[in-house]
Amino acid sequence: MSKQFWMRNETLVALVIILFCLFATASDPRFFSATTLSDLLRASIVLGIFAIGAMLVLVSGGIDVSFTAIAVFAMYVSTVLTLGTIPDLPWYLIFTLSIVIGAALGALNGLLIARFGLPTLIVTLGTLSVFRGFLLTFVGSERISSLPPGMRDFSRSMIARGTTEAGNFYALPLALAALVFVVVLTWFILQKTTLGRCIFAIGGSVESARRVGINVRAIQFFVYMYAGALAGLAGIIHGSMGRMADPFSLVGLELSVIAAVVLGGARLTGGYGTVSGTLLGVALIVLVQNSLIVVGIPSTWQSVAIGLLILIGTGLPAWQAKRAAERAA
Amino acid sequence: MPDDATERTSSPFVRLHNVIKHYGGVVALDGVDVTIQPGEAVCLAGENGSGKSTLIKILAGVEQATGGEVHIGGVRHTTLDPRVSAAAGVMVIYQDFSLFPNLSVAENIAFSRELTDGEKFASQRRNKQLARKVLERIGVDISVSERVENLSVAHKQLVAICRALASNARLIIMDEPTTALTEREVRSLLGIIRKLKDDGIAVLFVSHKLAEVLEVCETVFVLRNGKLVADGPASEFDAASLTRHMTGRDVPDSPPSTAQAVQNLLLEVSELHKQGAFENVSFSLREGEVLGISGLLGSGRTSLAKALFGLVKADSGTMKMEDNSIALGDPLAATQAGIGYVPEDRLTEGLFLTQSIVRNVSVGRLDSHTSKGFLNLQSLTGEAADWLKRLTVKAPDIHADVKSLSGGNQQRVALARWMARAPKLLILNGPSVGVDVGSKADIHDIIRELSQQGIGIIVISDDLPEILSVCHRILIMKNGQLTDEIASGTIDETELTHRLAS
Repeated sequence: MSKQFWMRNETLVALVIILFCLFATASDPRFFSATTLSDLLRASIVLGIFAIGAMLVLVSGGIDVSFTAIAVFAMYVSTVLTLGTIPDLPWYLIFTLSIVIGAALGALNGLLIARFGLPTLIVTLGTLSVFRGFLLTFVGSERISSLPPGMRDFSRSMIARGTTEAGNFYALPLALAALVFVVVLTWFILQKTTLGRCIFAIGGSVESARRVGINVRAIQFFVYMYAGALAGLAGIIHGSMGRMADPFSLVGLELSVIAAVVLGGARLTGGYGTVSGTLLGVALIVLVQNSLIVVGIPSTWQSVAIGLLILIGTGLPAWQAKRAAERAA
Repeated sequence: MPDDATERTSSPFVRLHNVIKHYGGVVALDGVDVTIQPGEAVCLAGENGSGKSTLIKILAGVEQATGGEVHIGGVRHTTLDPRVSAAAGVMVIYQDFSLFPNLSVAENIAFSRELTDGEKFASQRRNKQLARKVLERIGVDISVSERVENLSVAHKQLVAICRALASNARLIIMDEPTTALTEREVRSLLGIIRKLKDDGIAVLFVSHKLAEVLEVCETVFVLRNGKLVADGPASEFDAASLTRHMTGRDVPDSPPSTAQAVQNLLLEVSELHKQGAFENVSFSLREGEVLGISGLLGSGRTSLAKALFGLVKADSGTMKMEDNSIALGDPLAATQAGIGYVPEDRLTEGLFLTQSIVRNVSVGRLDSHTSKGFLNLQSLTGEAADWLKRLTVKAPDIHADVKSLSGGNQQRVALARWMARAPKLLILNGPSVGVDVGSKADIHDIIRELSQQGIGIIVISDDLPEILSVCHRILIMKNGQLTDEIASGTIDETELTHRLAS
């Protein structure tokens, strides 16, 4: 039991995070403060929502690389639509619009994958390019900095803000609540519903799933639609918090997100992945992206550090598992 | 022999009357009648392509019969689908068990039950309760929270059986249930089958390994070319008569001619040692000799086989082929010395499944058909095709994927690859695992023929009749050591079983 515990990715990632924080605090005591924490949390929101969606797809045995394109499409289109029709739309309706657009694009992925049985990587690579190209060609390629008032309202809404006794400023935006909601909802679906267990089942073995009578197509359709909806949400949060609807943003972030998910213990071969592991993976990636400078490593080393983390963090358990299997044979 | 106390008078659970199945113009089943009583164990025997799989698929609702009547539980079903069939209590345990490796034992056992109950929310507590209850029912102790991927093959099979029971199975169909099991595991499986029968659950066996199945079955049905060619109480059949019905011909099962006249020494292995796998292994092999190595699973036989070919590196010891020593742990050196190895699991270790048959054969001969860096495809393909013909591989098209072939033909392809290299020594690990009776006899003929050509052969197998019928000499392996050497014809199967297990 304890041995299994130490072999888990989650444990390794958590240890690295703790070590990193200790090291960072040692080199700069200001690192350990409410300000840093709230900055890191802010930086985790969009990445975290993306990662939860990507994890769900990996668990089902597929992969989705189109979510950034879906996010930016949903965000930009809902911004443009709102500005062109009812600019005063409250934020939650703009958000709903973006989520619906995201879900619709995700459903297109789901249709191609579930109905026609096409390989998931190829479908989503294709749709990544198509969604992005479509957006830039037909919707617009200009950055919009005068957002609808609703989105600005959202970015100013805080769960908590203030200054600690030590004089550190902190602010927890309302968007953090969205991440928490997504985390709880996804955890509930995966762990507590038959639907969630069916997602694990098809990730474990599609053929077996068919034979016990799981409607594999319906489950796959749901998975990609859900990932699309989360992408729509992440996109509009990204636009609101950055106070800018930029059609060139987000795309390119896919691999960091998938890296975070894999670091958190999800397997590219499907059937494995947890919400908690994914959050740890996101935390580590965000930490490296934002705070590497604190421990004296130049920021150009970021991608090297992330790459090494992936190699070690996912390679070590895989290597241990292989050795254990060899010993058993 | 099984007791006949089960209710013979009650109405049958399954009754197939004059069932016909066409696939396009091909007749897969041609007017088959089968009845299965509650609590009856039935053996469905037949070679590949005889219609066994089709019959299972019809019962499972995966395929629809073209004609005839299907009655399950006293109800006539004109159309069946997997859900209807499962609801009627027909559960199929496929050869690969169809489990979810990433989920726990409890969840695997409870999964189909949860689906049929229409549960919207998952509960691990409910799953575990159900799993424990079912495991208890067959008297097996497996941790319900263990992940299925960590279980042995035998335990996976038990989990599959439990899943069927959890869904209130009344007929469990087992496709090749004993293929991957050791003798001891087969014993315990047969014990469980008896328990199921006592509970009124019928079992339909589909098996190539006939002797062990006859032991628990009351009734036997034999299919050949889609027709029921024989049926009746199991007591009226023995392995020989079953084989005759299945193949439609007599398959000789005679032991090999007594040890060959003195031949040149081919292979000499001395003091081969590998920590945790085998120790102090010494033996020799002459040209044209067929040497059997048998042992229970975990005895180190597979590690030894791999070490001889260099796939596993032995820690110490020497190997000499015709007086030249071979580097340990170097498959290339072994190949160059004239050793060929056909692995036990040809699907994952031996063949390139998604490549064509001809490529699978010619892959070992690329060097010999290359000049100045270019391949002579014509001669390469021609040679491969020639070997396929000589080993009578039945394939509609040699450019078709190897995975489209039956087990017996796949094994021949694996053999053909090595034959093309003109080996001096062939190591065959489980040469007839998953191969039907007719093909098995053919493979044994091929082994005998190779031996007459002077090729040394090491057969590693736990199929005792096979070892007894092809080997000149038998070595027994236990806990990593060679414990016994037996000359052919001096021992029968019971005695061999005894020596293996003691």
